[in-house]
Amino acid sequence: MLIKLTGGTVYDPAHRVNGRVHDLYIQDGRIVDPPAGARVDQEYDLRGMVVMAGAIDMHTHIGGGKVNIARTLLPEDHRADPVAHTEHLRSGCGHAAPSTLTTGYRYAEMGFTAAFEPAVLPVNARQAHMEMGDIPILDKGGYVMLGSDDFLLRMMHDGADQKAINDYVAFTLNASQCIGVKVVNPGGISAFKFNQRALDLDEEHTYYGVTPRQVLKVLATAVNELAVPHPLHVHGCNLGVPGNVETTLKTISGIEGLPIHLTHIQFHSYGTEGDFNFSSGAARIAEAINANPNVTVDVGQILFGQTVTASGDAMHQHANAGHAHPHKWVCMDIECDAGCGVVPFRYRDKNFVNALQWAIGLEIFLLVEDPWRVFLTTDHPNGAPFTSYPHLIRLLMDRSFRNEQLSRLHPEAQRMTTLASIEREYSLYEIAVMTRAAAAELVGLSDRGHLGAGAAADITVYVPDDDREKMFSRPKYVFKDGRLVVRDGQVVDVVWGTTHVVKPEYDPGIEKRLASYFDRYQTMKLDNFIIQADEISEDGRGSVTIHPCWGGRGV
Amino acid sequence: MANRNEQGVWEHVPSPFCGIGSDDLKIRVSGSRIEVLENGDAVTREAFEQPLGETRPMISGKPVSLEEAVERAAAVLAEAELPLLAGLATDVAGMRAALSLADRLGAVVDNMNSRAAMRNILVLQDSGWMTTTLAEVKNRADLLLVVGTDVESLFPRFFQRHIWVDGMFVEAADREVVYLGKAPSGYASVSPDGRKPTVLACEDRDLPAVVSMLRLLVNDRPVGVDSVGGIEIQALKELAGRLKSANYGVIAWAAGALEWEHAELTVQITCEMIKDLNQRTRCSGLPLGGREGDQTATQVCGWQTGYPVRVRFSRGIPEYDPYLNATERLLEEGEVDALLWLSAYNSSRLPPRVGVPTVVLGRGGMNFDQPPEVYIPVGVPGIDHAGHTYRTDNVVAVRLFKLRDSGLPSSAQVLEAIERAVRAKLSS
Repeated sequence: MLIKLTGGTVYDPAHRVNGRVHDLYIQDGRIVDPPAGARVDQEYDLRGMVVMAGAIDMHTHIGGGKVNIARTLLPEDHRADPVAHTEHLRSGCGHAAPSTLTTGYRYAEMGFTAAFEPAVLPVNARQAHMEMGDIPILDKGGYVMLGSDDFLLRMMHDGADQKAINDYVAFTLNASQCIGVKVVNPGGISAFKFNQRALDLDEEHTYYGVTPRQVLKVLATAVNELAVPHPLHVHGCNLGVPGNVETTLKTISGIEGLPIHLTHIQFHSYGTEGDFNFSSGAARIAEAINANPNVTVDVGQILFGQTVTASGDAMHQHANAGHAHPHKWVCMDIECDAGCGVVPFRYRDKNFVNALQWAIGLEIFLLVEDPWRVFLTTDHPNGAPFTSYPHLIRLLMDRSFRNEQLSRLHPEAQRMTTLASIEREYSLYEIAVMTRAAAAELVGLSDRGHLGAGAAADITVYVPDDDREKMFSRPKYVFKDGRLVVRDGQVVDVVWGTTHVVKPEYDPGIEKRLASYFDRYQTMKLDNFIIQADEISEDGRGSVTIHPCWGGRGV
Repeated sequence: MANRNEQGVWEHVPSPFCGIGSDDLKIRVSGSRIEVLENGDAVTREAFEQPLGETRPMISGKPVSLEEAVERAAAVLAEAELPLLAGLATDVAGMRAALSLADRLGAVVDNMNSRAAMRNILVLQDSGWMTTTLAEVKNRADLLLVVGTDVESLFPRFFQRHIWVDGMFVEAADREVVYLGKAPSGYASVSPDGRKPTVLACEDRDLPAVVSMLRLLVNDRPVGVDSVGGIEIQALKELAGRLKSANYGVIAWAAGALEWEHAELTVQITCEMIKDLNQRTRCSGLPLGGREGDQTATQVCGWQTGYPVRVRFSRGIPEYDPYLNATERLLEEGEVDALLWLSAYNSSRLPPRVGVPTVVLGRGGMNFDQPPEVYIPVGVPGIDHAGHTYRTDNVVAVRLFKLRDSGLPSSAQVLEAIERAVRAKLSS
């Protein structure tokens, strides 16, 4: 079947196409070159419409234990957003911690065709994949969490060489069926189990004597030497702590040029100036990002309203639990692997801190010059539910709207931000960069996020509208692997995406060491811990797609 | 993954029955006969080794083909105003299929162990908690406080696997066990070097007051009595002191053992006490459960609907109500007019006796006083087909393996077939 998309205005930054009118052809789920003389089976008239690749959310908490705790914790939030069963669609719930089915439908209805879960605990990876296996339409993948696991910390304590650590990291990527490696509060989740309540970049873990800086270094090196496309995904030290801008700057300089991705950087860009001892560090952070091409960031923008924060950072979630709204929260220590904390939260525009957090996120978006290195996230659901992306896009693209929103915030926060003076407005091309081309490249997907021949036909078509929120809320068409899945912002067909993984090679000797560690200290056998690909595909819907470790970002 | 040698002996077999996900079992399979050779216990051996039993589907006690049974089951469910899908003791795939069917039918779903599970879920949803998992217990717990539960009768290998071993950060010889409420029924909690647990025994009915008193003492609040529920305050004071001085205390309970009205309040006080303790030291809760797929049911229902259990789809949206959607209440009040009962692990968990047409998907060998309208024997996850189940700590999903070829369909396969038949009926 040959499908022709005719006359759309195409934004395809991977090929430097910036608003050029041209036709696209789809055959067998792929974008193809114009076939000479072939009969077109179906044609869509896209004249006057905007065409981009399907959007990719490179950091969103959509599956895994802490997400399901968040769901279970919040029946009152679900009740306000019930989703009805239809002939095509399953019922569910939306908003802060949506059900898996609803997650897929709502992402697709906004033109997203892939999403990546950034906090997959190795021991909980099976659950993460099963939850993501119940998310329709989207492609998905996970970043496996290391850095507070006792096996790594023991290795570091014992002075293991980098090669052995590389083997362990590669084994873990394979065993957990993930595409990247994440570190959360390096060493800190473990330190909390030893009753440490803070762990700064150069502070020693009370038991292992290892510092977060050292953990970052060995993991970033491992990811780089294994040539895993996605750089080490870093949730740094001191999340949410006023003054953490210094830690973040030291983290950037301390990594010595290795590729790293600093996630939800908004939460790590706080100074201590002003009457409330809370200020924006965004300008300094943006300056550092601009000066260090090895660094990418996503913002973790906050938006006002009720949400729930779900993080592997049990240490800081516990410290912040007093702010829970409604007042209930969960913290867990998990399997000598990591931990989690789930704290419901309501961001208020009349609250000084929340208002300034909002401004800090936007400052970072607007002050980082290169849209290839800053990514659109709310750290769903931590800063806001993913359904607020169209609103966030409008804030970036429409200065008068942004300043009008700013004028409603806590007055002291308005005085503490330079936002009103920033003139930059994102273009459609730049939005396509950050949500498509750059996101695909960052994750390591060569056939997604662009519209060149051979790419998967994940395509989103918008009707232009000066109200960018409206435009991005309701695509005219969304194609997933060449199938029309959304028309006029409504899901019309349900397909199932693939799970993207990498499989770096390693010396199998590490498995021997791990097997005896598992027998002695863990509660399952190593061979039962390893997730086989058939566990993802045996339901007849899922599949695993392996991407090469090409190390395109290597230094 | 579990693997089989030439003699039909499997190693590293995970148990879907024990709640703690033991996966070191050695099992011999000869034809349909199963024998646990190593690392079994009373719970696991019995569950693995019971004979295959009846494998033919029945309508009103008479053998029929699977197709006929599925067709009749679909008719019973499709004709009902409000069907109830209960029991729901199955694996992840089975639970997925049950929820899909319930969504299509507009049915209510509830789990066979949810009366116990609600004692925890209500606490989680009201105030939250701090909990831990089995490997943390194994490697860190220097003090285990058991509240109101005889652990070894429910989880025979709990102590052997997690307490009386040398962990990374604590040795068996340095661990201490205290029982509050029920005394242990055996010797599993006696350390290898012969130390008996401290037992502060009281009647179940006094345990709420005892736990409340312990929380007061943990918080150094003044108390004006000398004893509570027959336990000396001085002994509770010492326990409070131990909890405060422990490096990593663990407080365990099995909600299923807390058989009194509003036991969730006792769970809540326990969990709030754990939060109090964590202001200075570390301490975590360990809710014990996970048998008969109960955590599996709440997990899958949680991610597919947002709600853990007791969900009604009759208005087209999932609606959760911990009281109104309880199996016992729905049946007693006559609110449902058909019942599908699913028990894939345990042939002795029979459907409640009710006056409504009943479809049973059950492990072979169920003995009914009165045959249900439809009985479809299904395979046991982890014996007859592969699958996934959750163990007690809710974090670790255990991969289950197919050990024998019984020809029995999985609960998912039967439920999917029923849904296809229901769909055909509803659209015709």
